[in-house]
Order: sequence, then structure tokens, then C-alpha cells
Amino acid sequence: MNIELQDIYTQAILSMAALVGLTSFLMLGQSRLLRLIFVFAFQGLLLTMTTMVAAYSTDNQHLYISAVLTLALKVVFIPWMLRREVLKMNLHRDIQALSNQTTLMLGGASLMVFSYYVLHPIVQTTSPVMLNALAVSLSVVLLGMLLMISHRQAIAHVVGFMSIENGLFFAAIVATNGMPMVVELGVAFDVLVAAVLFGIFFFHIRTSIDSLDVDLLNRLHEVDEQGARHDKNRSAVINPHTADYEVNR
Amino acid sequence: MNGLIAAIQTLLFVALAPLLAGWLKVCKCRLQNRKAPPLLQPYRDLIKLTHKQPVVAGQASWIFTKAPYIIFSATMLAASVVPLFAVDLPTSASADVIVMVGFFAFARFFLALAGLDIGTAFGGMGSSREMTISSLAEPAMLMAVFTLAMTASTTNLSIAITHVLNEGLVLRPSFLFALFALILVAVAETGRIPIDNPATHLELTMIHEAMILEYSGRHLALIEWASQLKLMIYGVLIANIFLPWGIAENFSVEALGYGLLAILAKLAVLAVLLALSETLVAKMRLFRVQEYLSFAYLLGLLGMLSHIILEASR
Amino acid sequence: MILLLAYCAVLLSFVSGLLALLMNQRHALLALCQTCFKKFPGSRNQCRAFVFGNLDEQRFPVFLRQAVFVILGLSGLFAVLAGLSVLVSKDVITDQIGLGLPWLPWHVRFDGLSGFFFLIIGIAVGAVSLYGPGYVSGYQESRHPFAVLGLFTGLFVAGMLLVLLADDAFMFMIAWELMSVASYFLVAFQHENAANRRAAFLYLLMAEVGALAIILGFGVLASFADGFTFDALRESHLSATWASIAFGLALLGFGMKAGIVPVHVWLPEAHPVAPSHISALMSGVMLKVALYGLIRFSFDLLADIQWQWGVVLLILGTVSALGGILYAMVQANLKRLLAYSSVENIGIIFMVLGLAMIFMDNGHPQLAALGFLAALFHAFNHALFKNLLFLGAGILHHQTHELNIDMMGGLIKKMPQTSLLFLIGCMSISSLPLFNGFVSEWLAFQTALQADVLDNGVLRSLIPVAAAALALTAALAAACFVKVFGLIFLGQSRSQHSEKAREVADKTMLAGPMLLAALCFLIGIFPGLVINLINSVSEQLLGQTMPNDSALGWLWLAPVSAQQASYSPALVLIGALIAGCVSFWYLRRDPVLKTMRRAAPWDCGFGGLTPRMQYSSNAFSMPIRRIFAKVWLIDERIDKDMQGAMDQDVAAVHYHIDIQDHSWPLLYQPIGHGINTLAKQVGRIQTGNIRTYLGYSFVTLVLMLWVIS
Repeated sequence: MNIELQDIYTQAILSMAALVGLTSFLMLGQSRLLRLIFVFAFQGLLLTMTTMVAAYSTDNQHLYISAVLTLALKVVFIPWMLRREVLKMNLHRDIQALSNQTTLMLGGASLMVFSYYVLHPIVQTTSPVMLNALAVSLSVVLLGMLLMISHRQAIAHVVGFMSIENGLFFAAIVATNGMPMVVELGVAFDVLVAAVLFGIFFFHIRTSIDSLDVDLLNRLHEVDEQGARHDKNRSAVINPHTADYEVNR
Repeated sequence: MNGLIAAIQTLLFVALAPLLAGWLKVCKCRLQNRKAPPLLQPYRDLIKLTHKQPVVAGQASWIFTKAPYIIFSATMLAASVVPLFAVDLPTSASADVIVMVGFFAFARFFLALAGLDIGTAFGGMGSSREMTISSLAEPAMLMAVFTLAMTASTTNLSIAITHVLNEGLVLRPSFLFALFALILVAVAETGRIPIDNPATHLELTMIHEAMILEYSGRHLALIEWASQLKLMIYGVLIANIFLPWGIAENFSVEALGYGLLAILAKLAVLAVLLALSETLVAKMRLFRVQEYLSFAYLLGLLGMLSHIILEASR
Repeated sequence: MILLLAYCAVLLSFVSGLLALLMNQRHALLALCQTCFKKFPGSRNQCRAFVFGNLDEQRFPVFLRQAVFVILGLSGLFAVLAGLSVLVSKDVITDQIGLGLPWLPWHVRFDGLSGFFFLIIGIAVGAVSLYGPGYVSGYQESRHPFAVLGLFTGLFVAGMLLVLLADDAFMFMIAWELMSVASYFLVAFQHENAANRRAAFLYLLMAEVGALAIILGFGVLASFADGFTFDALRESHLSATWASIAFGLALLGFGMKAGIVPVHVWLPEAHPVAPSHISALMSGVMLKVALYGLIRFSFDLLADIQWQWGVVLLILGTVSALGGILYAMVQANLKRLLAYSSVENIGIIFMVLGLAMIFMDNGHPQLAALGFLAALFHAFNHALFKNLLFLGAGILHHQTHELNIDMMGGLIKKMPQTSLLFLIGCMSISSLPLFNGFVSEWLAFQTALQADVLDNGVLRSLIPVAAAALALTAALAAACFVKVFGLIFLGQSRSQHSEKAREVADKTMLAGPMLLAALCFLIGIFPGLVINLINSVSEQLLGQTMPNDSALGWLWLAPVSAQQASYSPALVLIGALIAGCVSFWYLRRDPVLKTMRRAAPWDCGFGGLTPRMQYSSNAFSMPIRRIFAKVWLIDERIDKDMQGAMDQDVAAVHYHIDIQDHSWPLLYQPIGHGINTLAKQVGRIQTGNIRTYLGYSFVTLVLMLWVIS
């Protein structure tokens, strides 16, 4: 397949796919929560735009509705809610140290290649455009999981979860030109419910352990109490090598 | 004819580089509510410097006194392979884009050596930082360039630009990434904010200026001119690879004239954008630079991957 | 005829080794000559005077040293001639020598591949023998006898040449061992130092383990073939699995010699302790012989290349290239730094060779030829500039008695010629345009850029990443050698020794490096000379040549087609000269301005710059050390001497840094522990009780009887 042979809508959708992939990477490497949420909102915006392009090019009316839904939910409501949560918890000044950013990024890049490799056998049965878009959405899903594994804050976990959903949604739009309206409404409703549920969860976690750091949930584990405390201590010690030189001067 | 055009392009590069620097300064001053120096001020500075007797440190060796000439010629050679307002250059064939990166490395090698030559702490500091940053920027740059080279399946800049022109408007995700990667690298390599501040002489932050602290007279003029030239080369690369429209494909007078006008307009716009970003963004700490450059590298890598996965899969 | 030249080269290197043994036999020689002249009184007086003059107590050592090196140089010359003539004639010459065991004659084969490596060895040996006499005169005869050095140098060179000639596994291994053992003695030459003995032992250990792996590799091949000659081995038909096993063993064995990460640890230990011209030979040439072995084994004997091997080579090469240069970056010992940089360059060669394998198995033999060419070209270039740099390091050591670059500085004014030669070496190894290192790296990039033709998507995305790693390597190499040149030759002297250093008095010592530097530049401008030679190698081995587009003429390099990529170093040189000269003359046209005023540099108003204010090696590499912090095991401490009341004033600050290789704790220490534990387990059998031993014998006897029945 060569991109110059495709029509402009396909090109646009593929470019969007690439950008969605990029936003997933950006989220993976983000250590500040507010920026993470912003990038997540941007990913939602890209999804909305993709839906619009798909709706326009296939002349599919109900896709406009799902575009509006996406915009309302993933660009406005969920980011707003998460942002409020962060500000309320005073987490926005918290720089979460990602232990190994470079490895994480390289791992992400190889996940992208991996998802392409996994989906390659499908190329015989579908159009190459779909394969490519599917590869991107699969890698968005995988990157979302990686995001959840690598970050410690519960909010980041929610963002990771939502971005997994974004990946699936993207696949649905590109591969099938949109799901049936009922399914789409159902999914949107699910997301909404999930967001509300997460809000309740945050509230409970916070009241029980005074933090949204999921590593501290280890404390609930009775046997390994010693280990958890040790973990906390370790993260508190500042490595002299990573301490900043310029400020000291 | 081709050879003549190539020579003219190279000379135009050399002649217009200070103008670009002047325009950039004007834009930046306007944006920051300051009174701008005249547009031609860089020319006056260069002329003034060439009419001054250079003062050289007592312990300087030949590396120090010859390095400006080497740096300037290497940068000029790099300029000669980049199509400015017309494609189909014979010089692009004799040295492709990898060689162009090599010329920059050549200039940088001598600049860093010159920084170490006097034996001051500033020089060493500048050289060490410059080599560090460039060694991170070079892979990112090559990654972006390889995306272009693989798309056009050539490393010859003239042919690559012709390829992009002939293809017409294609939305390529890989080019999007490569463009951003190249912009980031260009900012880092030409020593602009947020990596380096060309207007500062504060020892904790300066990089380029630290290396050339001991230079004066015509030596300084050459080095300044070379760095202006480098800025212009990066600008032209960005403008002509990703937005090649307007560049002359034949050598008729109108085409050449349009080509020249087009590139001047593109550069002027790019300079405004650069001035804007320099006004809005603060300088980074030195050890944040690696994050910045690894982001550029990531973009280059994603560009390459999206070329392979999204555009040319089979 | 061509083979005769090759034999001459081998024999002459043996002779030079044997001649060195005469160092302690002056009296015997004297007696011999006297009897000779008595028997043949007719010989002329001049001749007699010449002989006795040279046997004089004072002149004899000097004369003998020169004679040994002249013969070694002749051997190098013959090797060059032999290599060139076989490459030009494109012949394959085979022969048998009745040496060794009576029913196992040595098979000899001299083809393009051997010829090309003959050329490399010849040039290196030639340069070393020009340089040698001056360098070894610095050794005290009583502590470091020349006889030992000369003998093992000769054997070492002969061993390397014989490896290239071998056409059966036996001869190959004998020559290989000759090379390894002789070089062991050379590494152990300055054995009074315990660290040197340890380094030499480590080297011997790894060389022997590697040799075992190679023998096993040959064994796997031979079990599918009848006989140990290479012809028979070529005919063997292996299943894909067995071929991969054989390749793995060969890769381990040859990789150990070549210094691939993680089996590179002997290199940075052994190279600094050997005499400089020997480290030049070891690093510049012996590593190439290992490369030859790998190419011979995989491309010639196994022949059915599998692309997975290429991926392995690509990954190992990338890791070695990056690891090598990063470790080189933080070294302060010049020769250790150069040794790590050899790891880097071998890594680059392996990478490109891996690309060649990938293209080969995917049905693009022309691109495989391109990769193969880039690999061999880089091997050739590396031999040139690494030799040059090691010889330069030798000169520096000879003149300043230092190898620590933190102790040098400002030598450009004291040693102008050496500094120029060293600068050329640094520029070549940093792969700057106009020099040879750039051409091979350019070819490597061009090979990597052809990845688009492959069908496998994963490979297509892996190769550009490797190319970017190559770019990072090149850029770090430039940073590293800016540090090397800048700290050694520029700035102010950092120690007494470098303050008092002078240019070498013996100009022949400069002749060797000069030859190499000239070749570096010449081949950087006219790469076609070497490329044509390598093309005849790849034609023989792969049946393909690099598709050089000759439409542009011989000054051009267009590896795929002129449309895709082209480079003409000669035109670039002309352009550079024009640009440089115009700016130079234009700016200096005014005679008043031509002069420069000398003044003191800016010292921030503190009065006088001292050498201690300059950036040191650790300071220079600090940003890189911090960015890639996980690559090394860094132990960094700052100690403060306190004084005064309450011990509150800082009198002095001491900075310590110790950088260690990750491969020690990760790979070697577990192996060492494992072997120790195993030995202890075995030791349990040895109770020391006589009755137990009797019991063992009894059990053995019973078992044997049972088996026989």
C-alpha cells in the first residue's frame, strides 16, 4: 500500500491515527498529572476529529452524534472531573518520578512494532488501511496498559484505562465506520458510569489512606507491611546523582 | 548552467544569512515590546568585526586561529548542497544529506577544539556541553532525515525535494513527525532558546558563547556568520523539504524569481514563528535538554515507524 | 608466484622473530664470523669491517633491532604485494604443504578474502616496523629483553598470516593458537607489574575459551562432512538448526577475539599493558583476523546464511558500538580508551555485516554485497586509523611517560608533527567528511536505508533504529575524540612531564604514523581504490559486486544508483579548498589587519589561569555520564579534609571516581562463582584418605568389567 494512492480522507484518517499514537506516547512519558490529563483531552479531540472525517467521508449521519458524544465526554467532562480531583487533592505540584523513562519509551516503540507484527496476518483478509489503523489502535490499547503499569497515581490509572477505551473506539470507527448507534450509546454510557465510579473510588481510597498513590495500597496487605514501608522510604531518599546541580550552584 | 545556479545559491545563502538573523532580531524585539535594531545591523556588525585587528590569547595554537576558516568553509559547503530556490543542483549529487550532517559535525569538531585550545574553564565547559547536545541531536536529525530519504528513496536533497513536489499534497503522518523532530533539532543545533541563549553570557547557561568567548575580530565575524548560516540552512531545510511549493524546477528567469520570493517568504514566516516561540518559552536547565532531545528522537522514531506501518506496509 | 609472495611474507616474519633471538648471542656470533672469515680469507675487507663494526658492543643492539624490524617490514611489504596481486588477478590459489602430521598435510588457499586481510596486515606491519626501532630503544635491555619482544612479534605476525592462508581446520587452529599464545607473551611483556600479569592471564583465558568454541564450531561442521579441509566443510549439508548451532559457536569464539560486548572485557585490560606497537597490531589487525574468521566461517563455509543470524549480529553490533563508545568516553587512560573504541568499531562492522546477512537471506544479494563492502571497508579503515592512534599513543608515552590524558595538555606546540598526525587519526575515527572513516560510515547508512525493500515489517522497523544508534555512536565518537585531542594537545600542560615533552628525535618513529595518516586521507578522497579491491572479494564470495553506478565516473561513489545516493569526496575537497582559501585570503587582504595581537586570555579578574582550572577528562564527559548514567557502574565520592576549630573549615576536597563495566558483576562473577562452587563439589571426591582412593579404583574396575561383559 502506498499512501499517495489513497484518497485525501484516508490520508487524513491515517495522519490522525499517527497523532493518536503520538498522544499515547506523550501520556506514557508524562510525569505531571495536569499535563497528562491535558494530553488525554487532546487525544479525545483527535478522536472527535477522526469521527467527523469518517462521518463526512462515508456520509454516515449517526457518526456525527457519536462525535458529539466523544467531545462532550472525553474532551470536556472526564478531563474536567479529573482536573478538579487533582486540584482538590493538591496533586498538581507532585512530580511523579518515572523510574525509567527511556526504557519505557523504547518499550512503547517496540510495542507499536509488536502490534503491527501481530496484526500482519490479517492483511490478507482486509484492506491495508484498516490493518494500519488497527495496528495503531492496538498499540494505543497496549500503551494504555503500560501507562497503568508504570504510573503510581490512581488518576493516571484512570487516564490509562480511558485511553484503552479510546484505542478501542478508534478501531471501531476506522474498521467498521462506526458501531451501531445502540452500542455506541451504551459504550458512552459505560464510560460515564466508569468515570463516576472512579470518582467514588478516589473518595474512598483517599479517606482510607490519605493519598492516591496506588503503591500505598500495599499497606492494606497485612503480611507485607514491612516491605511497603521500606518501599516508601526508598522513594523518599533523593539520589545525589539526580539531585540538581545548577540549583545548588 | 546548473553549476552556475548552484554557485549563485551558495553565495545567496552566505549573503542572506545575516539578513535572516536581523529579521529574527527585529521580530523578537517587536514581540517583546522593545525597540528593534535596524534590519541590516548584523551586516554592520560583521563589517565592523572584519575591520578590527583580532586579539588572540598568548597560548593559542594554530587550531584556534585556523578554526574559524574551517568552520566557515564547512558550513558553507553544507549550504551548497541544500536547494535554496531551485532544485536539480549538481552539488546535491556530490554530497548528499548524510554528508551535509557530516559537514556540520566537521565544523563542530573544530569549534569544540578551539574552545579547548586556550585552556580556560569556559572553553572546556562550552565544548563539553556542545558535544553532548550535538551527540544527542544528531541521531534525532538523522532519524527525521531518514524518514524523508525512505519516502523519496534517495538521500540526494534535490531529488528528494523534486519527489515531494511531484507527489503533490499528500498528508503523510511520517512527515508530520519528521517536521516536528527537525524543528526541535534545529532549535537545539542552532543554539536558540530553550536550549541555549545566543544573547547571554552567563556561565551557567551558555554553550555556544562559552566556546567562542576568546574570539575577536575577523575570527569572531567568521564564526558568527557561520552560525547565522547554520540557522538559515536549517530554516531552508524545513521550508523546502516539507513545503517545497514555489521552488524553481526549471531555470527560466520567472521560475527562479518566484522561487527566490517563495523561499524568502517562507523563511520570514519561520523566523516569526521562531521569535514567537523564543518569546513564549523559557530556557531549559542543561539537564532537561536530554528530555527535549529524546522527545525529538522519539518523534523521529515515530515518524519512521509510521512511515513503515502506516504508509508503506505490504 | 602470488603464493610465493605470501609464503615469503610468512617466512620473513618468522625470520625476524628468530633473528631477535640473537640479541644475547653476540659473542657466539663474533666467534662464528671469525671462523667464517678464517675459512674464506678471500672475502673483502669492507665486508669484514661492516660485519665486525656491527658486532661491536655498542652498535650491535641498535643494528640488530633495526635488522629485525627491517625484515618484519619486508614481511609486511610482501604481504601487501601478495594481497594486492591476488585481489587484482582475482585468482584462487590452492596448495599443500607437507608440514605437520604425515597423513595430514596443511592445505593452503589464497583467495580474495585472504588477500584483502593480507593487505590490512601488511600495511599495519609495515607501519609498525618503521616505528618500532625508535620505540623499543626506550626499553632497558636487562628488564625487558628485546629478544623476547622480537621473537613473539615475529611469531604473532606469522600466526596471523597463516590463519589467513589456512584451508583446513587443523592448520587454521594451529595458526590461531600460534597467534593467541604469541600475543599472550607480548601482553605479558612488562610482567613486573601484577596488574599486567592479571590482564595477560585474562586475555589468555578468554582466547582459549574462544578457541574451544571455534573448535566445537568446526566440529559441528565436520560431523556433517568427510574431513576437515575447508573444501569438505563447504560440501557439508547441515540442517538449519545445526547450522545455527555452528554459527553460534563460531560467533562466540570469533566474537571473543574480536571483542564483542559482552565478551570484550579482555580488550581494555590487555591493550593498555602491551607495548604500543603491539597494541596497535592487536587492535588494528588481530581483531580483523577474528572478523576474517567469522566471515570465512559464515559466508564461505556455511554459505546458507539465515537472516536470524543477521539480526543477532545487528543487535550485538549495536550494543557493542554504543557500549564501546560510551565506555571509551569515560576513560582517562589513553590506551584503554582506544581499546574501548575498538570495541565500538568492531560493533559497527558487525552491524553492517548483520545487515548484509539479512539482505542476503531475503533475496537481495546486491544489497548484501553493499553491506559486505561497507563492513570490509570499515575494517580496513579501522585498521588504518586505530594503528595510527595507538602508534601516536606510543609516541606520547615515549615522550611524556604518561598515558593518563589528565596529565597531558598543551602538547601541540611541543610536538607539532605528532599532533598533526594524531589529529588526522582523530578526525578519521570521528568519521568526519574527507577522511576514510566517513566513507565507510556513509556506506553503512546507505545500506541501512535500503531496508525499505524488505518484506518483513519488523526488520524494516528494526534496521532504521539500528541506523539511528549508529548515528548516535558516530556523534559520541566525535565527542570522545574531541576530548582526547583537546585534553592531550590543547590547553596548558597539566603535569611536569608534559611540560618538558619534546618532539621525537628519531624521525623514523614518525614515518609509520605518517604513512598511515597519508593513507587515511588518500582513501578518504579516493575511496574507489579500496572499493574496487573489495568488490573482487565480494565477487568471489557472494557472486555479486556492489552496484556502483559508474556512469558518473571513478571519482564518484554511488552505491545503489546515482538517483538514490552519491558522494564525491574529491569534488567536496575542491569545494572545501575554494571556500577556505577565498575566506582566508579575503579577510587577510589588509596587511595591517593580517597580524594578530597576542594578549592574556580572560581570567574573570582573578589573576592568571592555572592548568588546574581547565576541564579535565571527567569534567568533559560529565554531562554524558549523567545522561547515560545507567550504562556504567559509577562510584563517585567527594571527600573533604576538615581543619580548624570544630573541624568546620574545608582544607581540601578530593574527588574520586571509579567506573566499572556492567559485564563483570552480571556475567563474569557469576561464572567465576559457579566454577568455584563446582570445583568445591569436585573437591569433595578428593578426601585425602587412601582407602577412599582404593575404593574408587575398585569401583572403576568392577564397572569396567561389567561393561566389557
